[in-house]
Amino acid sequence: MKRSTLFVGQLAFTLLVCAFMLVPVLMSLLAGLTRNYFQGISSGLTFDWLVQVWQAYAPTVWLSLQLAAACALCVCVVGVPAAYALVRMNNRFSRAFEELMVLPVAMPGLASALALLLTYGQFGGFRSSWLFILVGHVLFTLPFLVRPVMAVMQRQHLPVLEEAAASLGAGPFRRFFSVVVPNCQAGILAGVLMVVTLSLGEFNLTWMLHTPLTKTLPVGLADSYASARLEVASAYTLIFLLMIVPLLIALQAISARLSRGEKR
Amino acid sequence: MTGTTIRLEGCRKAFSDGTVAVHDLNLTVEAGETLAILGPSGCGKTTTLRLIAGLERPDVGQVFFGDSDVTRLPIERRDVGMVFQNYALFPNLDVAGNIVYGLKIRGLSPAERNKRCSELLELVGLQDHGKRSIHELSGGQRQRVALARALAPRPRVLLLDEPLAALDAQLRERLRSELDQLLRGLGITSVFVTHDQGEAMALGDRILVMERGRVAQLASPREIYQQPANAFVASFVGNLNAFPVIERTSHGLKVSGGELPWNGDNPPAIVYCRPEHLRVMDSQGHLRGCLVGQFFQGAQSRLLVDVGAAQPLLVDSTDGVIHAPGALIALAVEPQVLFTLQS
Repeated sequence: MKRSTLFVGQLAFTLLVCAFMLVPVLMSLLAGLTRNYFQGISSGLTFDWLVQVWQAYAPTVWLSLQLAAACALCVCVVGVPAAYALVRMNNRFSRAFEELMVLPVAMPGLASALALLLTYGQFGGFRSSWLFILVGHVLFTLPFLVRPVMAVMQRQHLPVLEEAAASLGAGPFRRFFSVVVPNCQAGILAGVLMVVTLSLGEFNLTWMLHTPLTKTLPVGLADSYASARLEVASAYTLIFLLMIVPLLIALQAISARLSRGEKR
Repeated sequence: MTGTTIRLEGCRKAFSDGTVAVHDLNLTVEAGETLAILGPSGCGKTTTLRLIAGLERPDVGQVFFGDSDVTRLPIERRDVGMVFQNYALFPNLDVAGNIVYGLKIRGLSPAERNKRCSELLELVGLQDHGKRSIHELSGGQRQRVALARALAPRPRVLLLDEPLAALDAQLRERLRSELDQLLRGLGITSVFVTHDQGEAMALGDRILVMERGRVAQLASPREIYQQPANAFVASFVGNLNAFPVIERTSHGLKVSGGELPWNGDNPPAIVYCRPEHLRVMDSQGHLRGCLVGQFFQGAQSRLLVDVGAAQPLLVDSTDGVIHAPGALIALAVEPQVLFTLQS
């Protein structure tokens, strides 16, 4: 098969762009496994840095996972009924509310964090617990669940399905849990995927809201960049990627399977 | 299953934009009867069905099932079975899951649910399809599942919104007769909405023809066809030939193309007849005209005969004769098939 020169040119360009973006990541990963980065690979490969990072920062990893899970849960509990209400109302007020919900995303994280601190900072117990960060994460990630869920709800002819359920005797609550929620699973899953990813990687808000005892992974990462050896920071990045990549692949696979099911 | 009467008293429903969908409707559907609500789109037929279902609440008036006033009850407490236009099957449940949905809500035990589910699958001829996904069903199968789901909890009344409209013509014909047998066998009071006059005639014990939110006529299919209450009903149900009367003669009425036999006293302005009541004659007839169109329809042919009026006459002929285009056609008509209408 003969390829045109244009094709070859395009392929080369694409590969070049990919390399431009991937090489730094690979360099960083490699740095985390190199005995001495300044001497290069020739100094030998080691897992020592990883062990050292784990000893120093394991709590931040667990806190980040705990935060992401709690955040996904809260966003689901708040976001799915909110999306449902917004789709059903569909008037000027609901559209205004939808815009308002996106505000914490549009605003710099530092500003929202400052607002939270000014308002709730004086409640010591709340301020110093991880729940304070959770509030920030929920505010920030809410639209990323509500939007896809709304999109699926609008596609699914939910009003007719609900009327059908009602004709069979189902009250409003039952209709919500037996018809609405199962039929927008794909949207909820896509939203949760986004929320977990964002929560795990969130830095702006968290940096302002954290205390020395409530450090998340990205905050710890910044800390290690600022104060520890480059190899330690790189090893830390490696741990972060090891954590998030399988999660992304798993969730992506689930949502792909769901959307296939829908198309049948 | 014994039927429940449905009674609407002075029901009126206007929408938020001010259009009145249903004007002061009084209607009684007898126990066990099948009522067809027929009309063009926007005539208020779907709104009427939704008033009965409880999906809409009348602005004025009351709805009774038997002796109980259900006006204030939402649909989930009215005990109705409903088949929706596009069936609205739950895509997240399989066929059996759809059918037992209403049974679960009524708190039946799993054993009772399974028993009732297989009864219904058998009733609609889908015995082996319980575990199928909704996506795997054909249109006709979906329609049957929707019917089985609606009937499973033994509702007081069955409501059907254009139940056959989403199917292709051949399947529609078959499912129509199946539906007819099923409704008669169950003896359940049922109301269905359709814009298809053939469907209304075949399935309805009585037909309610609606025009712009009002009752145009409520009668048996035969009566609707033979004695339509007004020009709207007559033209909506079947085809119609109109003869504007030019003058009264000693034998009958002079119209374009000839003279019609007439026994009545007062000469009306317009007389009407159905296409199948005009007979093609060899030589002599009441009317003469020129053949302008001929459509073979299988059992019969539809002829268009120009008698010099605004519209060519429609003639349904079963004699199988093929006429030359432009041939002169003589038509005869019996006086008893001519009728007049209030406009």
